[in-house]
Amino acid sequence: MPVAVYTDGWWAATVTEPLLKVEGLNKRFGAVVASRNLSLDILQGETHALIGPNGAGKSTALAQLAGALRPDAGRIEFAGRDITVLPGHRRARLGLARSFQVTSIFDAFSVEDNVALAAQAHDGHSFRFWLPARRDRRLRRQARSLLARLGLLPQAEVCAGTLAHGEKRQLEVAMALAGRPRLLMLDEPMAGMGSGGTLRMTRLIRELKREVTILLVEHDMDAVFALADRVSVLVYGECIATGTPEQIRRDPLVRRAYLGQG
Amino acid sequence: MVSATRERRILWVTLLLLTTLPGFAQLLGEPYLVSLFSRILIYGLAAASLDLMLGYGGMVSFGHAAFFGIGAYVVAILAFHSAEGSAVPLLGLAGTESALLAWPAAALAAGLAAALIGAVCLRTGGIQFIMITLAFAQMLFYLFVSLSAYGGEDGLSMWDRSRLAGLDLGDDTVFYYVCLTLLVAFLVLARRLVNARFGMVIQGARQNEARMQALGFPIYRYKLVCFALAGTGAGLAGALIANQTEFVSPGLMHWTRSGQILVMVILGGMGTLFGPVLGAAALLLMEEVLSMYTEYWMVYLGPMLILVVLFARRGVYGWLVGGDRD
Ligand SMILES: Nc1ncnc2c1ncn2[C@@H]1O[C@H](COP(=O)(O)OP(=O)(O)O)[C@@H](O)[C@H]1O
Ligand SMILES: [Mg+2]
Repeated sequence: MPVAVYTDGWWAATVTEPLLKVEGLNKRFGAVVASRNLSLDILQGETHALIGPNGAGKSTALAQLAGALRPDAGRIEFAGRDITVLPGHRRARLGLARSFQVTSIFDAFSVEDNVALAAQAHDGHSFRFWLPARRDRRLRRQARSLLARLGLLPQAEVCAGTLAHGEKRQLEVAMALAGRPRLLMLDEPMAGMGSGGTLRMTRLIRELKREVTILLVEHDMDAVFALADRVSVLVYGECIATGTPEQIRRDPLVRRAYLGQG
Repeated sequence: MVSATRERRILWVTLLLLTTLPGFAQLLGEPYLVSLFSRILIYGLAAASLDLMLGYGGMVSFGHAAFFGIGAYVVAILAFHSAEGSAVPLLGLAGTESALLAWPAAALAAGLAAALIGAVCLRTGGIQFIMITLAFAQMLFYLFVSLSAYGGEDGLSMWDRSRLAGLDLGDDTVFYYVCLTLLVAFLVLARRLVNARFGMVIQGARQNEARMQALGFPIYRYKLVCFALAGTGAGLAGALIANQTEFVSPGLMHWTRSGQILVMVILGGMGTLFGPVLGAAALLLMEEVLSMYTEYWMVYLGPMLILVVLFARRGVYGWLVGGDRD
């Protein structure tokens, strides 16, 4: 398939190097090609949406960027540094944070514990054996301010496993934010949220846009077009178009391959 | 959530009972109880150390007795060379009967072995992890069976218990209190550890490894240290059991022993540290009582375990503190 890359628009004027540079990523699972020559630039400060039909390879792409999956071929650069083979935990320490499509939290911990543990990951090593972590002022303060921001403070003491689905999604985002990441990757944060939850999450992401670069995988087209500065469209593991929401909406290829279907 | 005051009350009552036990044994004219309960404390220590990695770290080891056995053998071998006046092979050091040297050496050796074995085992997970820990323990078992210099499968007797300045460890009551002190010290340290930052990391790794990695924790390292610390605790318990029976044999590291320690943890309540001590007491006392009536006491143990797993998921401890609701 031909690849359309639009070069006008506000980002073309930004001369900054991309924060994340993906080149020729390939990943197969047996006969399934989940990433096919995937190239992508995420610019500093932008909110970049990754859309595409189910099974297009969005989550797999995210997993490779986060270091949970090793690509078969290709190169990933983050802030000018080659991170293609860097383990996931090292990438997280560099400021690459993610949330998962299938909610991934610590069910047996309290909500506050979940976020405090996320903050702990960015506060030096954890070979500390004596002082009670739950009375660590620094971690708790960070956790509480993030919970307050996400409206989860009333549930701070609640066991995370008992939260409602939408609250768990919010908790995921709070955890991803804990290290003050440079790139926030969100995998369908509104999935299964209902209209109220989607609205709240949209508002939150709009607020976050101002302070962090975001790579947003999302199905909800209204949300994507409302939030994204640029959109990339993935079909069968391949990026068929990148451009402003307006350009993507008008792109005949995209309409045929994706938007037209839905 | 578990009631903290009730939990604390149970701890203090148990401690009080254990502290006064030798007195009661004397009143009852049953001095045998003192050595039975020494065994319970020692196995309680081994079980609590396994709980550190199993209940908190989610690492199901079926080879914990290996480290128990190593600790026991270190004490017995050092005592053997001390009595013989010969040097310990490979190390070239003289043997010793001093508890202050031999017991830390036992714990250290077991911890080191755990670090090496853990480094390999932790590359795997799930059932594989269970099988490979079992395999390593059986390898060590056969290694000690083949060590004829130290008695091979017949084991090795000690002339005497270790020497500890100012204390007569040969006296069962004194030895009992030494075991109790070490167990309490271990439990206190372990309790601090699981609630410290390190403990949060290993508990996080039990619940959700992928999330831990994504947050930025190199969890392999933390699990390895946890594994090594659990091995260290088991090694100390081993040093004590060698002294208690004044005899060591490869049977100490047989897979059935690993299974027994595992059962103590499950029976007492995983992830409670103190529960496994109760589990050790329950199992050893049951064994003691049932074996008076039948040599097939194991047959009764199985159904009992199934009942515990079904109806008291946090074991004896959960049942006592009433925190069996999760
Ligand atoms: N671990 C895996 N093993 C085998 N196939 C996988 C695995 N993960 C994803 N896939 C396949 O790769 C393709 C892309 O999946 P995914 O990245 O989850 O798509 P999306 O997130 O865009 O819906 C799908 O066909 C899926 O079945
Ligand atoms: Mg997906």
